Amino acid sequence: MSARDRILAKLRAGAPSENRSEPDVAGWFASHRPVETAVQKVARFRSCIELAHAEVHAVTPNNWLGKLHAVLHARGVDKILVAEGTAHGDAALDRLPPQGIECSTYDIAIEAWKSELFNATPASLTAARAAIAETGTLILWPDEHEPRLMSLVPPVHIVLLDAAAIYNTFFEAMQAEGWKDGLPTNALLISGPSKTADIQQTLAYGAHGPKELIVLLIGDEQ
Amino acid sequence: MNAQPIHFKPSEGFRARSKAVVDNPFLRQSFRGAMDFLMSKRAAQFPDPEELESLRTLGEHIRQYNLGKLPELLLQLEDRLTKNGIQVHWAETPDEANAIILGICQRIGAKLMVKGKSMVSEEIELNHAAEAAGIGALESDMGEYIVQLAGEKPSHIIMPAIHKTKEEIARLFHEKVPGVTEYTDNVDALIQIGRNVLREKFLEADIGLSGVNFAVAETGTLCLVENEGNGRMCTTAPPVHIAITGIEKVVEKLEHVPPLLSLLTRSATGQNISTYFNMISGPRQPGEKDGPAEVHLVLLDNGRSQAYADEQLRKTLQCIRCGACMNHCPVYTRIGGHAYGTTYPGPIGKIISPHMLGLEATATMATASTLCGACGEVCPVKIPIPELLMRLREESFTAPHANPAMRGQGAGYSPLMSAVWRGWAAVYRSPVLYRGVTWLGSRLGWLMPARQGAWTTVRVPLRPAAKRLRDMLKERG
Repeated sequence: MSARDRILAKLRAGAPSENRSEPDVAGWFASHRPVETAVQKVARFRSCIELAHAEVHAVTPNNWLGKLHAVLHARGVDKILVAEGTAHGDAALDRLPPQGIECSTYDIAIEAWKSELFNATPASLTAARAAIAETGTLILWPDEHEPRLMSLVPPVHIVLLDAAAIYNTFFEAMQAEGWKDGLPTNALLISGPSKTADIQQTLAYGAHGPKELIVLLIGDEQ
Repeated sequence: MNAQPIHFKPSEGFRARSKAVVDNPFLRQSFRGAMDFLMSKRAAQFPDPEELESLRTLGEHIRQYNLGKLPELLLQLEDRLTKNGIQVHWAETPDEANAIILGICQRIGAKLMVKGKSMVSEEIELNHAAEAAGIGALESDMGEYIVQLAGEKPSHIIMPAIHKTKEEIARLFHEKVPGVTEYTDNVDALIQIGRNVLREKFLEADIGLSGVNFAVAETGTLCLVENEGNGRMCTTAPPVHIAITGIEKVVEKLEHVPPLLSLLTRSATGQNISTYFNMISGPRQPGEKDGPAEVHLVLLDNGRSQAYADEQLRKTLQCIRCGACMNHCPVYTRIGGHAYGTTYPGPIGKIISPHMLGLEATATMATASTLCGACGEVCPVKIPIPELLMRLREESFTAPHANPAMRGQGAGYSPLMSAVWRGWAAVYRSPVLYRGVTWLGSRLGWLMPARQGAWTTVRVPLRPAAKRLRDMLKERG
């Protein structure tokens, strides 16, 4: 008898005779969480993620590249990792190099350039799929264009977010987008730069991941 | 490495370890400050008592619903994970879990394993087993890295190095981290040192190991809650990812996760949400450029099925490992996590450890409680911890009997103590006997010894009054 069979046999022998009814998660969210207007959601998202030490800039579809350049310039960063094959990545590839920002792309498997990613990639640009107002959270679904480590390894992570894609809650986001019917190999919620309070409860940023998280919020009317 | 091997018996030396902390004003102050900080942060996250109560009720309902279907959910999880390309392993004991993990390491010729935070890996003493097999196992959570450098175990399940001051950590880094030539107790600088060392290791490691906060059966998804990014590093950068979890962590539906996540982060560290919530549903797919080529999940029993078989004890498995019970426990606050000698300290440790280690090793742990009820009041999923402590006291100290619910039942049983309690109960049940004994006691009180065991180490001796209350009332008329 395998460990699997032994464990299952013990659990089956000890299982309760009556199961509890299914919890009403949707009902709880409907009665305990407000449904906010687009403007309120943007304000709440912004306030929460800024409290978590992220920097947010309101931009438009036409000026976000200029703001991206300014953000990089202000930090003395002259190189950024972008996603070739995406609209925002290709736009950055077109516009940033003439302004003195070198753009690299994640076009080969990590094994071929791990050391360079870890040691010589100061910033990255990715897009958020959506966001959550209640907690100030970005939702990222890494894929072949924007692999998992793009949002983790570079010390400065810049995220492009459409203000129209902000949900009230995590529950609303997963329900509205039908996540249960198809999640990617790795989906991420990100709510600020990497941090730790493991040394005497003193908060420090940049523990292992990005030291700075910068959100370019397209369509924020504020 | 961990300082204590797996055969360690927590009950032995518990008093001495507790006394050592109580006698150390610096440590006491350190724990008091840390717990006050965590309690106030949690309170700030739950300003509305009605919302808190209804969310706790929902959390309890979700956990009980899923535990009610545990065998079938584990099979659904296995099936879905397998379809997603994640390999599932089952382990009944810590030894089996270690053998599975080290077998994977040996198959790929791994030299170094980087570990994200996983209390289950502490539970199975994986670091010892890896070391014995010649495989480096490096903790990458900053707190875990610090306690590993110090040759200690975590003293708290959420903040492993909570017992250490920044000056102690500074000295540790200065003495033990290669390349640190100057002492600094600047927290940002210390974190930078850890970051730089561990980044190199994420690059080198052959295997990344992590725990699991929630395993979702319907999607085959492993969820990880963290702030630092080391969990993401361990599960993404090395070519192989091994996750390990207790069998109780499965939930049927993805929609069960948001309420539990909200309860977890707010109860644990008083955060609205953690920095990262990582949902892993498969290894690297064709076309993807990173992520591990292999993902494994080890499902560990280690006594959980024993707790599961009893309706009352099953509630122990509702735990989502937030640590709020220890943050609010007056005993934990005074003696710290190491005194318990178990992987899980504090109130949750006292109710889960007997299932893992047997009552032979943990018989007296449930007595280290004031039964003040704080742990039960703050538990985000309403585990009735004080009730369970009473139950465990009974399991430990009543005479051994056939078909016990727990391994080691009656381990603390003493015929003499039992006879004393039976006599006490008899005296209080019979008015005649009670009057006789109190009459005798009031006259023979001078015979009571001056030294009365543990009682007189900090208190005056117990001595019956020369006159009984009833006699005094009679005299007054």
